[in-house]
Amino acid sequence: MTPAKISSSQVKHIAKLADLKLTSTEAKRLQKQLAAILAYADRLQAVNTAKVMPTSQVTGLENVTRPDQQGACLTAGQALANAAKKKNHYFVIPPISEQWH
Amino acid sequence: MALNELTIHAARTGLQAKQFSSTELVKACLARIKQTESKINALITVCEPSALREAKKADQNGYQPSVASRQPLAGIPLVIKDIFSTKGIKTTAGAKLLANYVPVYDATVVTRLKHAGAIILAKANLDAWAHGSSGENSEFGPTKNPWDLSRVPGGSSSGSAASVAADQCLAAMGTDTGGSVRLPASFCGVVGLKPTYGRVSRYGAIALASSLDSMGHLTKDVTDAALILQITAGPDGRDATMPDQPVPDYQKNLSPPLKNLTIGSLLPAKMAPPLKKIYQQALTVLAKQGAKMISVKLPHLDFAIAAYYLIMSSEVSANLARFDGTRFGADRQKFGAEAKRRIMLGTYALSAGYYDAYYRQALKVRTLIAQDFAQTFTKVDLIATPVSPELPFKLGEKTADPLKMYLSDLLTVPANLAGLPALSIPSGYVKQLPVGIQFLGPLFSEAKILQTAYHYEQQAPWQKKRPRL
Repeated sequence: MTPAKISSSQVKHIAKLADLKLTSTEAKRLQKQLAAILAYADRLQAVNTAKVMPTSQVTGLENVTRPDQQGACLTAGQALANAAKKKNHYFVIPPISEQWH
Repeated sequence: MALNELTIHAARTGLQAKQFSSTELVKACLARIKQTESKINALITVCEPSALREAKKADQNGYQPSVASRQPLAGIPLVIKDIFSTKGIKTTAGAKLLANYVPVYDATVVTRLKHAGAIILAKANLDAWAHGSSGENSEFGPTKNPWDLSRVPGGSSSGSAASVAADQCLAAMGTDTGGSVRLPASFCGVVGLKPTYGRVSRYGAIALASSLDSMGHLTKDVTDAALILQITAGPDGRDATMPDQPVPDYQKNLSPPLKNLTIGSLLPAKMAPPLKKIYQQALTVLAKQGAKMISVKLPHLDFAIAAYYLIMSSEVSANLARFDGTRFGADRQKFGAEAKRRIMLGTYALSAGYYDAYYRQALKVRTLIAQDFAQTFTKVDLIATPVSPELPFKLGEKTADPLKMYLSDLLTVPANLAGLPALSIPSGYVKQLPVGIQFLGPLFSEAKILQTAYHYEQQAPWQKKRPRL
């Protein structure tokens, strides 16, 4: 089995997608560990799945809906109870774009 | 026997006969916690004042039949894995990121236990985010195995299992995504039930992998496992993945004799001889009760761990995306090493160019594993298998090699991939360390699994053995 290759730039890219800031030590360690795990996972490529449908859940249920009726819900105070920053019944979040600073 | 050592059903009988009060029961548990907690670190939060308050209330209401029928758990102190949201009680998921999180609502499992009269005694330690097989990923210190403090209790419901084994409580709630109830149950010598996916509502449990998570429990015997499932099972209207299946009377179904039962035995390729001997002895016990034994194989078993770790990590990367430090918890920098590893692996498996080769291929292999089981269940009623091919390992033994740790779940993840119910029950001891056997059945076959385990337990009551602490 050829060991899976994962480059340091791929690790950086994945970390960006996952919104994780990694130290260089963490990135190096993860590169090695992910390569080992992916090399193990490569055994799946040996399974012939040409005629197999994927299973994303096992319940057999489809399109589960409920009546569109208002029920009990959290108060604004409860919803904000664990917020790091809040102002006038709103969550305070960091600016999304640099130009709004 | 000290009150904290009782099973739920024995404590209930005692309360009803006025042999003792719930206050005495709770105090006995709290005393045991004080005596053992510094050794095993099974708990994150102990709810002493509220537990005593609830016990007093239960004692005032009394335990006459009219109360008992409405509240089958009246006055019973339970431990809850710290991944179930508990209104007004800190819920950390074993992670520093949620160190100060206090939910404003209860998980359905907690709501139902409270309605049944149960008292929340404490919140149990766990691998952070339930990511782990040993308890060592907890960011509040590892839990130790009560049988040998130098060994792991199994994870991720590490504190729940250790707490029950150490008689800190009467029973504990856990969750099982890849073996997180069954492995610690086996390593700590208690009974662990993982219900069918969709049997018990996931509402309010902090999600690990949403297509695999199952809400289970750890108890001192099979009767208690049936008793708790009776309360937690059935749709709540808040979890859309719950088929509308009737909830049978699990407790009434325990004692009728086993009839026409065929069990398929599944042995892993590698297993230490003393553990194999214990497993075979357990099968003999069942055969003596009239169960027909045949040997079975799952052709795709060797691919289960690889498929599981890709699917689970992919779902982790999506579920943990919500933790951005806005609505609850600290920012993403506070994620520990294992959470980061799984987020990275999952993000990779789902990313452009790798989705088909990894994630989709894993989902297809999942289909094949489910088909292997379906095929096997045309020939047998239940499958028996060891929970683990090895004894509880030493703390630190596998922490440096994540892949080695992942392989601990070899015999437990297949049930999660296929959504099947499974139960782990003590089946013997090697050098004073517990060894569990596991029964798996078709979807929603909990009644048959519990009945089989009950009859096994009657003949081989290993669950009565307790660690010296």
